[in-house]
Amino acid sequence: MTVKLLTGNYTVAEAARLARVKVVAAFPITPQTTIVEKIAEMIEHGEMDAEMIHVESEHSALAAAYGAAAGGVRAFTATSSQGLLYMHEVVWWVAGSRIPLVMAIVTRAIGPPWNIHVSHEDIMDQRDTGWIISIAEDNQEVLDLTLQAFRISEDPRVYLPAMVGLDGFILSHTTMPVDVPSQEEVDSWLPPRSPGPYVIEPGSGVIMGNIPPDEDYMRMRKAMQTAMRNAERVIMEVEEEYYKLTGRRYGGLLECYRCSDAKYAVVLMGTWAGNAKEAADRLREKGYPVGVARIRYIRPFPSMLLREKLGGMKGVMVMDRSVSMGRGGPLFLEVAEALRSKPSMMSVIAGVGGVDVGVDDISSLVEKFIGKVEERGHVYIDEYWYGV
Amino acid sequence: MVNIKELPSKTLLMPGNAACPGCPETLGLRYVSMALGDKAVLVIPAGCSSVIQGIYPKSGIGFPILNIVFAAAASAASGLARAYKIRGLEDAQVVVWAGDGGTGDIGIQALSGAAERNENIIYICVDNEAYMNTGIQRSSLTPYGAWTTTTWTGKKEHKKDVPLIMIAHGAPYVATASVGFPTDFIEKLRRAASIKGLKYIHLHAPCPVGWRFDPSKTVEVAKLAVQTGIWVLYEYRGGVFRISPLSRPYAKKERRKPLKEYLKLQGRFRHLGEDDVKVLEAYIEERWKLYLNMEKTLGSKAT
Ligand SMILES: Cc1ncc(C[n+]2csc(CCOP(=O)(O)OP(=O)(O)O)c2C)c(N)n1
Ligand code: SF4
Ligand SMILES: [Mg+2]
Repeated sequence: MTVKLLTGNYTVAEAARLARVKVVAAFPITPQTTIVEKIAEMIEHGEMDAEMIHVESEHSALAAAYGAAAGGVRAFTATSSQGLLYMHEVVWWVAGSRIPLVMAIVTRAIGPPWNIHVSHEDIMDQRDTGWIISIAEDNQEVLDLTLQAFRISEDPRVYLPAMVGLDGFILSHTTMPVDVPSQEEVDSWLPPRSPGPYVIEPGSGVIMGNIPPDEDYMRMRKAMQTAMRNAERVIMEVEEEYYKLTGRRYGGLLECYRCSDAKYAVVLMGTWAGNAKEAADRLREKGYPVGVARIRYIRPFPSMLLREKLGGMKGVMVMDRSVSMGRGGPLFLEVAEALRSKPSMMSVIAGVGGVDVGVDDISSLVEKFIGKVEERGHVYIDEYWYGV
Repeated sequence: MVNIKELPSKTLLMPGNAACPGCPETLGLRYVSMALGDKAVLVIPAGCSSVIQGIYPKSGIGFPILNIVFAAAASAASGLARAYKIRGLEDAQVVVWAGDGGTGDIGIQALSGAAERNENIIYICVDNEAYMNTGIQRSSLTPYGAWTTTTWTGKKEHKKDVPLIMIAHGAPYVATASVGFPTDFIEKLRRAASIKGLKYIHLHAPCPVGWRFDPSKTVEVAKLAVQTGIWVLYEYRGGVFRISPLSRPYAKKERRKPLKEYLKLQGRFRHLGEDDVKVLEAYIEERWKLYLNMEKTLGSKAT
């Protein structure tokens, strides 16, 4: 274990190297670009023993990584925003094929108008695809989630591809100290890619993807959902083992900060959870019993954990960094369903397209929310745009 | 020259596949299996051959197959080829089996990328000159004048010359072939298999359903395409361009069979007038001129 100063993107590259990824296929897009650059550099300088496929688009990036993984080796790619949308067809194809694969998503706004700043529209757009989707709060967690993603994705109870989200610029281009395990430590915990669930190779007789009867198609979809349920347990197990190796764990699908004695909670995901935690500390100094529940996995979604930890609270405020047009904040909707809307609830849409949201913003929002709940007993504010 | 009697009788194309009678794609697949045997792995994008495989959990094709989205065959194949390289599977042959639409239209970007990177794959475009799987819509490889369900009065543009585009990429091996001439196709496949890098073979594949001819006539129509000169067999290898022996005679215009013999067998050309036939004849002449000039500048002495 050594502490290195790394940007989020270099952390991703470091994790791919430590995981002994054998094929990387990627196409540059801001703010993901430095991942591709770093990996190309490591491969060309002999620091990483892998093949780089310099594809002509993201659609091809994921298809090439998929081909490599179907051919039995560990594969990796990374993208953002427009690139993620461009490869969307292949995103579904990979998950339906049950091929283990890891992809970093450096979250960014979607155009038009052009905007390269952090937003969660791109990653939230992937919720139905059948990928495991996690999202980090800081660069240390970027490393931890990426390494764990390989174990989770390659677990026979799961066999689903995995995305690891990190916020554009806020993490991707910000240097932080990261505790990096040694190659030997990672090797002792992450075995080489197994040939499961199948390998397409001469003589294998395997065919992936020919037309099934409709009932079999539906059965396969159901099996993916079962794999997602299994993943909930596998994520916990993998994190426990990783904890033994590194001394770090976060709580699986959901991280709860000062929730045990809280009557109010803020639910959100990604980097601004740091601001929310700071806001909770300050609010507690003023006497407000506030905690933070940080979503670490969008898929599988921590419905049970949310119900268990937040179900008995007086009020829950959910902060979304994206919008489901015509409906509202997508995270809010999922949390509201998980809690059966029993506590008072408020949906805040903020920070979209990189609009800055600081500690003061969050604490004033929570304070107002608490005020309303205390005044009226029960409130349900299903959409509140903050900052514009 | 390959001798048909010496070819393996075992074929990886099995009875019970879901192709239409007289299907040129199954003919082609049979020849691929004879040429490459069980060394090959197929990558198949959307198209008739996605269906021909038959219904899961069975398959009418004995190859391992990675089915893939319409636009990404060359990219998925690139990944497979790299995986085999890393794993030391030296004699594995990654073979893309894609239609004219999957090659010349939606898949051309991925193919261009794979060619520029010189990925170690054999890319076969099985060209039935339209989107057959979705019901005979035009592609950029549909010839001038042909009826399709999106060109009711006949296509107004000429066929895109994809093999030439591949030559322009500097691919180490580019060849044209026809389901009407199996030994030529098999020979080209075997030559391709012996070369490292991107090998592109464009296989002319007359489709009875889409071209509107009797299913018993697939081979006849395919042969006529070569004999009338509208389809030219050639090979480009290591910078040398050569008309293949089977097409050689038709370099001379007077040796070619009348184009009308080819056209009249096909319902898709039924509506053509004399002027349309002239347009096609002029096109044939212009293509031949180009290929012969290429042979002159890029070929060693013709055989
Ligand atoms: C992205 C996408 N667009 C459209 C389709 C529908 N589609 C499936 S096969 C096909 C045409 C295939 O034509 P071609 O490549 O020539 O193969 P053929 O069926 O003629 O063998 C189309 C349009 C699809 N599967 N995917
Ligand atoms: S439409 Fe043509 S190419 Fe497609 S399966 Fe039928 S005969 Fe074969
Ligand atoms: Mg076609």
